[in-house]
Amino acid sequence: MGLDKDTVKAFWANVAGKEEQIGCDAVSRMLTVYPQTKTYFSHWKDLRPGSAPVRKHGATVMTAVTDAVSKIDDLTGGLLSLSELHAFTLRVDPANFKVLAHNLLVVLATVFPNDFTPEVHVAMDKFLAAVACALSEKYR
Amino acid sequence: MVEWSENERSIISNIFSNLDYNDVGPKALVRCLVVYPWTQRYFSSFGNLYNAEAISTNPKVAAHGIKVLHGLDRALKNLDNIKATYAELSVLHSEKLHVDPDNFKLLSDCLTIVIAGKLGSAFTPEVQATFQKFLAVVVSALGKQYH
Repeated sequence: MGLDKDTVKAFWANVAGKEEQIGCDAVSRMLTVYPQTKTYFSHWKDLRPGSAPVRKHGATVMTAVTDAVSKIDDLTGGLLSLSELHAFTLRVDPANFKVLAHNLLVVLATVFPNDFTPEVHVAMDKFLAAVACALSEKYR
Repeated sequence: MVEWSENERSIISNIFSNLDYNDVGPKALVRCLVVYPWTQRYFSSFGNLYNAEAISTNPKVAAHGIKVLHGLDRALKNLDNIKATYAELSVLHSEKLHVDPDNFKLLSDCLTIVIAGKLGSAFTPEVQATFQKFLAVVVSALGKQYH
């Protein structure tokens, strides 16, 4: 587990400077490949890949994930307020955390084809699953 | 019956015509065995799978990865009849290999990621959607004969 944390931190350093691009691409893919996720964004004017609200949301998500990396030793504690937000206000079905995680991994594979090795992939997958778990803490 | 637009057919056909089976097949299976280690339960006869390094250099894994990827050729050639095309393979995976069908999705996710890595920005959201639709139909067909 310790090794995974180091792998995540080391790999995530590559993301610096590309957060917006990666976040925008991940959200765009999620909305395109899993159209049911669009139901959470009916208040947006434009749901097309790369649109302004998509870009902005991608950046928001990536800022939160980067923050989660820094709190990797205590995700439940570190993501408490985000968990409350998702549980009481947003009420996103937790199954969708997996969906977004999958699309983020796909983007990472396209942006870092050589660095996104199987070992990095498993560490990132575990990390995103742990983040999803922390986000679901307050649901019930 | 699954409907495929002309655009979808051409996207799927392009992905496969530019595919190096000998590279992508092994990479997808290696990734599956590393990222979802419980899938190793089906390969006890493959020898050393102790760590990522061993898995990625294991010749039996590589050979099997190529075989599995070629298995997708059948779907490619029979897009309008995938369910019937895979009936026999479904029976095989259920009755003889005893593979939990949930594993098909795991391998298909790994294949998606390997192809994303190969195609880079050419793997657009639209291409990803089509490819995942294709894989979902194959996965469903492979699970159909389980009882």
